[in-house]
Amino acid sequence: MKWKQPLGPAAFIAFLLVWWQVELSRQAVHPLPTPLQVLAGLTELIAKGLLLKYVVASLFRVTWGYVTAALLAIPLGLAIGWYKRSEMAFNPWIQVFRPISPLAWIPISILWFGVGDISAIFLIFLATFFPLLVTGINAVSNIPEVYVNAGRNFGLRNARLVYHVLYPAVVPQLIVGMRIALGIAWLVVVAAEMIAANSGLGFLIVDARNAGNRYDLVVAGMVMIGVIGFLLDIGMRSFETIPSVRWGYSED
Amino acid sequence: MATQVTVASTERVANATQAKVRVEGVEVIFDRDGKRTEVLDNINLEVAEGEFLCVLGPSGCGKSTLLNTIAGFLSPTAGRVVIGGEVVSGPDPRRIFVFQERGVFPWLTVEGNIGFGLFKLPGEERERRIKYYAHLVGLEGFEKAYPQELSGGMKQRLEVARALAVNPDMLLLDEPFGALDSITRLTMRRELLRIWHAEKKTIIFVTHDIEEAVQLADRVVVMSARPARIQQIVEIDIPHPRDISSTRYLELRDGIFEQIGIAHKI
Repeated sequence: MKWKQPLGPAAFIAFLLVWWQVELSRQAVHPLPTPLQVLAGLTELIAKGLLLKYVVASLFRVTWGYVTAALLAIPLGLAIGWYKRSEMAFNPWIQVFRPISPLAWIPISILWFGVGDISAIFLIFLATFFPLLVTGINAVSNIPEVYVNAGRNFGLRNARLVYHVLYPAVVPQLIVGMRIALGIAWLVVVAAEMIAANSGLGFLIVDARNAGNRYDLVVAGMVMIGVIGFLLDIGMRSFETIPSVRWGYSED
Repeated sequence: MATQVTVASTERVANATQAKVRVEGVEVIFDRDGKRTEVLDNINLEVAEGEFLCVLGPSGCGKSTLLNTIAGFLSPTAGRVVIGGEVVSGPDPRRIFVFQERGVFPWLTVEGNIGFGLFKLPGEERERRIKYYAHLVGLEGFEKAYPQELSGGMKQRLEVARALAVNPDMLLLDEPFGALDSITRLTMRRELLRIWHAEKKTIIFVTHDIEEAVQLADRVVVMSARPARIQQIVEIDIPHPRDISSTRYLELRDGIFEQIGIAHKI
């Protein structure tokens, strides 16, 4: 039987959930809470007003860390990519800092900013800064020379050349890089909140375990993280369908 | 005697000023990773106003380098290019380079591409020219389409329209039809000749296709393998439209085949 999109995947998930519920009900010891228990956990969090509060807290940190990183890293990356000499100067630093996991910065960020929003924002900033910087550098280096030459041939110089040729030529790659970086930000906020914050979805998961092994709430938190991460990605993906950038994703 | 010499030299000066493009002793040497590659060796060439000139040579011989030098994208190692009395020092909208169809901007629609070089014009004039050139190259009805939605031949015509829209004196075409299938290529040649007759531009057309050169050009410049020198300049004295099975056509074509040193029997 052929399922129509997106009914197919939805039906498959529904099947898995039912199977999970039925299978677990037959076991004496539960390695995982059942879907119904998780649903009850979610309802409890909503009733206490915690779910919205934690989701907002996590999104708030991601927004600040990610947007700040994008505003600094992308222009800097584009500039480094354009001036080849500066790439040679910056590259060693980038290559040394980039492989350091943002999580390795947790102790230092607590030392500098204490436990709270700023620490988490700082970690997200670090986690997304380098991927976005590299995206910017590569986007410029990959601009086909014909576009730049054609632009110059029609008499475009400096700001005009940047605005009418360089900028539209890099946008498709920037969107991909920003989408990946947002994914990273959403991964890191959970880890950051487990240690360096007292609210948010990451905190919810650790807190639910510490405060009496409430694994229904742990899984509820995980489900929320998954759903929100999925929605963020869909949001970023929608930029890829704008007519003036679609060319960047075609096969040929 | 003395008067005759004077007459002759005045004539020569008059001819020289008529020349639209003068390539004077151009030499290009690339220095990459310490490896010296001599690409162009002492090229001297004159192109008349309104002439259709084909530069013909084997792949990788440096004919594109010559075109890039004339366009001003590349400074020669020695010598200079003079166009309309000015030494070329950079790209200029008065001479537009047509890349293979790769040169159209994929983020702009057909309209946006044709109007790309018209940013200094008032909106109304811009619109008028876009409409005119879209029609000239047969792209009317596709104004809102993006290049991705066009065929290779249409993209190529779009690039020609974008070039013509700024009303340049010269078109520099670098193997413009190389990526097209053979039927589209023939159509495009006819289109280009039609546009050349209508717009009276000076055209320098680089190709590795002997037939293409003999079908299109007033003169064919035959280049040698690298470092490229001008081997011979062949005048194609057949009026348009050209009968490509005429004796004269075959004679000229075969002469170039022999010049390049390949038999035309397979």
